[in-house]
Amino acid sequence: MRDNAILVVVARFLIPLVMLFGLYVQFHGEYSPGGGFQAGVLFASAWILFVFIYGLETGLRVIPQRVIYALASLGVLLYALIGVLGVVLGGRFLDFYPLLDAPKAAQQTGIILVEFGVGVTVAAVVMLIFLLFARRRADTLAAGLDPDATDDVRVDGE
Amino acid sequence: MVAVTVVVTRDLLKATMLFAIYSLTIAGLFATLDAGDVALTEAAVGAGISTVLILAVLALVPRYEHRRTGHSLPALAIVTLTGAALIYASFDLPAFGQPGNPVHQHLGPYFIDQTYADIGIPNLVAAVLASYRSIDTMGEAVVILTAGIVVYALLSPPPRKRRREEDER
Repeated sequence: MRDNAILVVVARFLIPLVMLFGLYVQFHGEYSPGGGFQAGVLFASAWILFVFIYGLETGLRVIPQRVIYALASLGVLLYALIGVLGVVLGGRFLDFYPLLDAPKAAQQTGIILVEFGVGVTVAAVVMLIFLLFARRRADTLAAGLDPDATDDVRVDGE
Repeated sequence: MVAVTVVVTRDLLKATMLFAIYSLTIAGLFATLDAGDVALTEAAVGAGISTVLILAVLALVPRYEHRRTGHSLPALAIVTLTGAALIYASFDLPAFGQPGNPVHQHLGPYFIDQTYADIGIPNLVAAVLASYRSIDTMGEAVVILTAGIVVYALLSPPPRKRRREEDER
């Protein structure tokens, strides 16, 4: 992949844009289409594009595997903690009104925080799944099991 | 048309690419129907990430599907019957996009009227997802985390070395 100058240049240009769009979708989700799920996927896709261009090792140096594991759980934990915070401050579970004095601002804060939790989890899990498949590929090749070599069911004419 | 080709073709790479095209088309359809959130999700998840993930899987498995011989007539009959029943049921669906349809009678008007007063944000979908039904959404986040854990559990043991007999078979 390193030899493909066009791909590298285009990806270098695209990755920051994708990440910026991911942030926009994440934090502008209350006003325009979007939210945690889509933003998480967009963010993960930027990282995956990075991995395509620079290789898995470089990608893992940017976001280590341990951090991905932690982020996947931390997103859900953030979500649940916001819910518990509502209970602690005298409301019900995932009740956002007690968070702040102004009810609308409280709702918006709660929504932004839980959506951020969702976004973090989705991004981390998508990166994790991709990482595991890519790892598996490397391990399979290292173990001498080339999937293409066992490809003995090739159809004629295709 | 694209969907039928996806089912029929045995070249998995071709099927993946066609599936991505199909997702993108559907995303455009959703965008035309003013469902921005769904369109964005379909484009990002359906056309984007799932294509990449399927390609990652295809790096592990052979590119061509095994040819399966024989047909299962009972399965064909069940599929045909179910499809016919669904088409028959679709004749009773209310007219498309009418404001008086039952689906717009229950909670829809409440959300449309009250979201801005309750929460103060213009995007109803975000309000419903993150505030009115936030426990539901937390469950979804847990499902996604579980999916990650399951893939980890399935893929983390190292691949077995294939035995020689199987290689020469």
